[in-house]
Amino acid sequence: MPASSAPEAGHAARARARTRSRRTASRMPAALLVPAVLGLLYLVLPLLALLVRTPWSGLPAQLARPQVVDALRLSLLSATLATALCLLLGVPLAWVLARTQIPGRPVVRALVTVPLVLPPVVGGLALLLLLGRRGLLGERLDLWFGITLPYSTAAVVIAEAFVAMPFLVLTVEGALRSADVRLEDAATTLGASRLYAFRRVTLPLLAPGVTAGAVLCFARALGEFGATVTFAGSFPGVTRTMPIEIYLASQTTPETAVVLSVVLLTVSVLVLAGLRERWLSGAATR
Amino acid sequence: MSRPSRRGPSAIRPCGCPGHRRVGHPPRWWAGWVVLAVAVTGCAGGGTSGSPGQPSSEIVVLAAASLTEAFTQIAADFEAAHPGTDVTLGFGGSSTLGPQIVAGAPADVFAAASPDTMRLVVEAGAVSGAPAVFARNRLQIAVPAGNPADVGGLADLADPDLLVALCAPEVPCGAAAETALAAAGVQARPDTLEQDVRAVLTKIELGEVDAGLVYRTDVLAAGAAVEGVRLPVADDTVSDYLIAALADADDPDLAVAFVDCVSSDQGQETLADAGFERP
Repeated sequence: MPASSAPEAGHAARARARTRSRRTASRMPAALLVPAVLGLLYLVLPLLALLVRTPWSGLPAQLARPQVVDALRLSLLSATLATALCLLLGVPLAWVLARTQIPGRPVVRALVTVPLVLPPVVGGLALLLLLGRRGLLGERLDLWFGITLPYSTAAVVIAEAFVAMPFLVLTVEGALRSADVRLEDAATTLGASRLYAFRRVTLPLLAPGVTAGAVLCFARALGEFGATVTFAGSFPGVTRTMPIEIYLASQTTPETAVVLSVVLLTVSVLVLAGLRERWLSGAATR
Repeated sequence: MSRPSRRGPSAIRPCGCPGHRRVGHPPRWWAGWVVLAVAVTGCAGGGTSGSPGQPSSEIVVLAAASLTEAFTQIAADFEAAHPGTDVTLGFGGSSTLGPQIVAGAPADVFAAASPDTMRLVVEAGAVSGAPAVFARNRLQIAVPAGNPADVGGLADLADPDLLVALCAPEVPCGAAAETALAAAGVQARPDTLEQDVRAVLTKIELGEVDAGLVYRTDVLAAGAAVEGVRLPVADDTVSDYLIAALADADDPDLAVAFVDCVSSDQGQETLADAGFERP
């Protein structure tokens, strides 16, 4: 449960806090300000070191390398598909967690957060044991339909969605809890079905929360390494995403790894900035 | 480069008495080094580790993942012979460990699965003295127990219907695989290029690939879940393993003593049990 309260509190309170923060900053006690600054440095300094050590002149040549183009394209494609999969399954799951009184709901929520705390490699191994060629379900898939999931781009999407979905579910659940239930109730008393009320009332209300969750989910999927390499393997153009390419490069040519890291960092920041912009302007017009 | 195996299947043996097949070894420069080292110290206690019963020294050994079983045993022997000494072992891909040492990882001894990786560390000035070849390993085709896809040789790795795992060319086992495949004129069609040899082995153990190229020692270590398909002599590729005491060692004498222990008869016996060959 503690894991669910963090994004909940974060996203619900952020909009309100934004206007207040400017006034309170000047009164902030040093006992809070000093660790806060240290915390920020802790997060930012490693990235600065990365940028300082980047051989900028080599950047265009690195970007033009076919395996980098392949890895970047694969990463963007698979992270997008994984986010779509998470939205499709995660938003309804969040709704069930926030709005219904199903028995054992705390257990369900705990189960949803497991992939958050699980080492991704363990997640990949678990996926392999379920969906691999000799896996619980995978054996049937192979036998009946001739489908072998590992070593395919589909496996990359599955691994990324497994690791990233909790981010979406917990964020959307938080947004649902802070949204006004009475609007939904009003819709249903006026004759709307629960599904209709969900589509026409709840989802629009949730848009900022869903977008925030999707961005987190996409960013997590983009950076996914352990589950992907364990479940999907690593083959150029098919399953070797940017993080795997970076790891391999770091074994032989660290400079290349640094350049690739900057590329991935740039893409992540651009995605976050772009989506956040839309999210903010969307919220403003409403 | 490739020599026919002198011992063949007799490599798996219980921990026998040391030193019964030293005589008549081809005279190479490191052979003399080995003999000298054995004569001087072996695994027996040197004068550097403090008096018995007074725990004092610690030594950190970073070694290639394929050495896991052998070095765990050698470290235990070393600790027994040097009372009061603690050996801390760190295993990983050679290509991961090498840069870590260059970056200042606190270690006393490095054992690498490829000369290239050791060269990287030597060029960075992190090694004291010259690295020595202490063991050799051979590639083998590994298949899940029962060999369900009926893999018989390197040529089968080109079959698009088979699921094949190789190491990525960036890591030693992948480089060795490339050499072996090129020498055999086989255009392999791998489905995944793993980041280290144990990752390939895991996929074979789980039956998630039909075949993979790993070291002979890995096949032995994996036990019953994995079978090895021996390569014909012509396709055989030998990988040299190198060991060196590091320049930053806290106790240089103790680091050298461990290196000597690995090269001693007792150490070589342990390595042979794990499937390694003498250099």
